[in-house]
Amino acid sequence: MQLSREALLNAYRAMKTIREFEERLHVEIQTGEIAGFTHLYCGQEAVAVGVCEHLGTRDRIVSTHRGHGHCLAKGCDVEGMMKEIWGSREGLCKGKGGSMHIADADKGMLGANGIVGAGAPIAVGAALASRANGPGPDGLDVAIAFSGDGACNQGTTFEAMNLAVVTQAPCIFVFENNHYSEHTGFSYAVGTDRDIASRAEAFGMKAWRADGTDFFAVHETMREVLAHVRGGGGPAAVEFDTERFFGHFEGDPQRYRGPGEIDRIRAERDCLTRFRAAVTAAGLLEHSDIDALDTQVMDTIEAAVSAARAAARPTAEDVLADVYISY
Amino acid sequence: MTKMMYRDAVLSTIMEEMARDPDVVVLGEDVVGGMGTAGGPEAIGGIWSTSTGLYDRFGPGRVIDTPISESAIVGAAAGLALSGKRPVAELMFADFIGVCLDQLWNQIAKFRYMFGGKSRCPAVIRMAYGAGFNAAAQHSQSVHQILTGMPGLKVVMPATPADVKGLLRTAIRDDDPVIFLEHKALYATSGDVPDDPDFMIPFGHARLCRAGGDVTIVSTGLLLGMCEAAADRLAAEGIGCDVIDLRTTSPLDEETILDSVEVTGRLVVVDEAPPRCGLAADLRALVAEKAFSSLKAPPLQVTPPHTPIPFARELESAYLPSVDKIEDAVRRVLAWR
Ligand SMILES: Cc1ncc(C[n+]2csc(CCOP(=O)(O)OP(=O)(O)O)c2C)c(N)n1
Ligand SMILES: [Mg+2]
Repeated sequence: MQLSREALLNAYRAMKTIREFEERLHVEIQTGEIAGFTHLYCGQEAVAVGVCEHLGTRDRIVSTHRGHGHCLAKGCDVEGMMKEIWGSREGLCKGKGGSMHIADADKGMLGANGIVGAGAPIAVGAALASRANGPGPDGLDVAIAFSGDGACNQGTTFEAMNLAVVTQAPCIFVFENNHYSEHTGFSYAVGTDRDIASRAEAFGMKAWRADGTDFFAVHETMREVLAHVRGGGGPAAVEFDTERFFGHFEGDPQRYRGPGEIDRIRAERDCLTRFRAAVTAAGLLEHSDIDALDTQVMDTIEAAVSAARAAARPTAEDVLADVYISY
Repeated sequence: MTKMMYRDAVLSTIMEEMARDPDVVVLGEDVVGGMGTAGGPEAIGGIWSTSTGLYDRFGPGRVIDTPISESAIVGAAAGLALSGKRPVAELMFADFIGVCLDQLWNQIAKFRYMFGGKSRCPAVIRMAYGAGFNAAAQHSQSVHQILTGMPGLKVVMPATPADVKGLLRTAIRDDDPVIFLEHKALYATSGDVPDDPDFMIPFGHARLCRAGGDVTIVSTGLLLGMCEAAADRLAAEGIGCDVIDLRTTSPLDEETILDSVEVTGRLVVVDEAPPRCGLAADLRALVAEKAFSSLKAPPLQVTPPHTPIPFARELESAYLPSVDKIEDAVRRVLAWR
């Protein structure tokens, strides 16, 4: 289905925002200003955006340790996120959570998560809430569990898939297969040449597979998936084949990569380059349209970083805020 | 003596014990650190560098890289141990006990007793714990409070490279399940380590780091450094502190604590876990019961508040015990009447 000009511009803007957010963090982290562990989403933007462009705020998502892209795609505020990562009390989580724990329930973003595999059961719960609410005019609200290929080996993920099938919950398990869990290769950790989607099928749900570096493939696949799930067809799974451009976390020496691997995936599997090439070749957008968005996005990121630098720092008293019982 | 880092003491002890006893096996996530990649199986060699080279030397039969599956790791350690092996399993972060609590608590910890003393379960479960890296609520916790409360587990918290060597060797040769807690912030610290290939430190023997006679300070792991710094400051004013490193929270060396408190009459327990139902509360109850007549002041504790661990630098440092907070507590027990 052909996307409108506006939808194309929105999708590109969203992907580019994630890209530049992460590229900037990659630079800023080296200065030592940002504390903690940061896992960058660069390379996987087409998945977050291709999925979330179909969602409204009543649809919910649950994310992972590599969560910035999911948060941004689901509508979390760029500046609020940047401030959170900087540890400001003006951040989305008041500096309590940081990169691995960004959440914004008002946007249907139920949290990034530091525990691999913790998200999928939570997404099933959100889907059960939607099932209890019943369908609206556009069908059921859905819950999306974003998981990595590594997380697909966690018992919690299996239990969640089974529970979703048993209850026919409107839950979608989105597996982003970037071929690595930390420093271990996907082929080793799943122990078979079968893919993740076939595991989901074995639980009794419908599963799709698509190229996660092709925005249009992601978007079109998700249209089908959502029609199935919103229409009451029960849970579904999608496996997107994608790439992680940076290390597992910032500081990872990445010695597990093959020679020239990063150059190759950046050259051949960059979702932004592929998007630009596709829409300009088809005459849907001009290079100048995209260049203008690039400039806009760079300005947004620059402003967010300046705001984060200048934002108020938390104080010792803030430690005891937002606890229900304290000693 | 050889000078080495805490993390190298972990690695070299495992290496030596694997060489000595073919039943010792290692398992955990990324302990090989590159399986199934172009960079080769040992491209990284474990994220803490505590398993580097083990796979190369001992091979896939004894060095098992696992998928992200903590329940299966600890459960498999239980099964290996029940089947005559001596597994040394790694949980990358202590926080992940949340994923595999059943295997630790209802399985490994209970076998010997529940099976009428007929089963041995010689498993070591190593894990990196502790705050100080702004790793936030799910990657910074100190879990000894939870695990020490579980009958059937021995819980070890080494503070120096020498103690890593002596205690880890004891743990691996022990016939019961041992939780071995390695503080992340200590991995890169160095110290002298005895060369004796059978150097062992028995469990349940605390270490008197410093003798002072006026106040007893008890702690573990990273915080001992802060306790000693506080003791140094106070010593300049003529206040003497006994600083005791518990080394193991189970078994507990009651005698060393009580002997000290009988002289000082004053106790400060410094702990990285939250304040309720923890080590500090436990030790304060111990002296209240068994050294009551020696006490000159109520025993105090210095712990974080009862909250999850916050992310931001300012918040985490306000959350954690500090040299100032310890010094203040010592002054308060001294000021008591
Ligand atoms: C329960 C648990 N086990 C282990 C980890 C450490 N860890 C963090 S991310 C990660 C790899 C995750 O791989 P994958 O699911 O493929 O996600 P990706 O990093 O590729 O996005 C591991 C092992 C963790 N955070 N939580
Ligand atoms: Mg992965």
